[in-house]
Amino acid sequence: MSAILASRTWPKEGLTRVPYWVYQDPGLYEREQERIFRGDAWTFLGLEAEVANPGDYKTTFVGDMPVVLSRDEAGVLHAWENRCAHRGALIALRNQGNAREFACVYHNWTYDLSGTLTGVAFRRGVGGQGGMPADANPASQSPRKLRVESYCGLAFGTLSTRTPPIEAYLGENIAVRIRRVMKEPVKVLGSYSQMFSNNWKLYMDNVKDSYHASLLHLFFTTFRLNRLSQKGGVVVGGDGGNHVSYSMRDTGTAGEEYAREKLRSSNDAFGLEAPGLLEAVDEIGDGITLQILSVFPGFVLQQIFNSLAVRQIIPKGVGRSELVWTCFGYESDDAAMTARRLRQANLVGPAGFISMEDGAATGFVQRGVAGSPDRASFIEMGGDAVASSESRVTETSVRGLWKSWRGHMGI
Amino acid sequence: MSDIELQVSVESLLARYVHAIDDDRLEDWPGFFVDQGIYRIVTAENLERGLPLPVMLAESRAMLRDRVNSLRRANVYEAQRYRHSVTATLIDRIDSARVRATSNFMVVRIMRTGESALFASGRYLDRILLKGDNGQPQFEERVVVLDSRAVDTLLAIPI
Ligand code: FES
Ligand SMILES: [Fe+2]
Repeated sequence: MSAILASRTWPKEGLTRVPYWVYQDPGLYEREQERIFRGDAWTFLGLEAEVANPGDYKTTFVGDMPVVLSRDEAGVLHAWENRCAHRGALIALRNQGNAREFACVYHNWTYDLSGTLTGVAFRRGVGGQGGMPADANPASQSPRKLRVESYCGLAFGTLSTRTPPIEAYLGENIAVRIRRVMKEPVKVLGSYSQMFSNNWKLYMDNVKDSYHASLLHLFFTTFRLNRLSQKGGVVVGGDGGNHVSYSMRDTGTAGEEYAREKLRSSNDAFGLEAPGLLEAVDEIGDGITLQILSVFPGFVLQQIFNSLAVRQIIPKGVGRSELVWTCFGYESDDAAMTARRLRQANLVGPAGFISMEDGAATGFVQRGVAGSPDRASFIEMGGDAVASSESRVTETSVRGLWKSWRGHMGI
Repeated sequence: MSDIELQVSVESLLARYVHAIDDDRLEDWPGFFVDQGIYRIVTAENLERGLPLPVMLAESRAMLRDRVNSLRRANVYEAQRYRHSVTATLIDRIDSARVRATSNFMVVRIMRTGESALFASGRYLDRILLKGDNGQPQFEERVVVLDSRAVDTLLAIPI
């Protein structure tokens, strides 16, 4: 443990205060790598649809550790460290592809689709000269293999044997809401990344913060897409680190706040000239127009009308992170549905009408707390509970994140 | 129109477009397109893989105006400006009324803090109607292909 870390104690108020050193301490960052990313947690690796065929692979990260997700000739998924057994170079050098085997470019050691070392170049030397001793065991430094479990087409990996099976880790109240989105085979529509100048946890704070949705994202409010008076709720699952926030179609029967807001927006006289952007179909058939789901540490599943996506936050140092978005539809989509999803892609991503602010806000926090490692945020919306809630004017799932994080970190 | 006249006319459109954005005259932006014009920002990676996901998409001037309205009145982002540089414009005639144009761009983003950095590079793939409803060339389609798959923080102002 670093010296800095040893001096850290959590505020006595508990989960209603999050000290700002959690976003700043290099010692903590290292401990997160060890206890969370290389520890007892499932990290999202990708959609099975991204590696649909034998030989397909993609490269990703589990924390700082580069990882390959691959599918072997028999169709079995594997995840393994993207680190050569020889001198540690990256083995796979593309974002995605299809391969029969992998050869490290540095000295041409080879690996099969499960990440097993299969060949050492010039092992017996050349012309009877050089080579390795007969009893050498180059496989002793092999890339580590991760446990891989797939849930409804979402592939997760962990290095730890102690991480509970994925379904238990999710919890049934979360799993059921994954099933409703991942209800049938999906097809990838594309992927891009957003680079944030903030600690990875600030993004997860933001995703779990149902309180900010109608306050920061004015597109929502202005176009009456999501107000906190709409029917919805927050579900907390797992050890607190998993959550779902959802809202239902506005039935027009909500109370006084609705009337007040309506008044305000009609004074505003702000409407879409091309409302086709928001033309949505209730394809799941349960009236839920928006569902944001997260799984500790860094996975998000999104349904915003017909815009479906998985997001993965990857730490890139104490004050940097990368958010990888992969948007998808269903294999059964017709051309009109695909066009609708692509139009609604305007709502999300770095240019999203309702998501562009998130990366800005989390960066404002990172900069705002720069001189105050020992001060703390004030998180008392909804009291101090870490529990499901029918109101979204709550920070219950933010507290859940910290409950889970502290459990993993022993802080 | 001679080749030279064509080149001048198209390059003038490209120049007026980036000056409007860099000068924060976003309200002028939809006027560079035909009424049913298409504006699409994509990444080179998705394009090469045949994946249709846009970073931004508008399928009419009305949708472009909605984007401007949202930027002005709804979206929250730190004060910033762009400086575009557009070069290496190649033009192919489609018919007597339209051309295809391909050009390179670089965008420097200047934040209110003084931080100034390369924000995006890429290509414009344009289909241009030579005499639009304003008497000037207008984009029937403008596809902005970002070289990188990653965007720093957010992409609010169009490219
Ligand atoms: S580092 Fe991979 S073969 Fe030498
Ligand atoms: Fe948000």
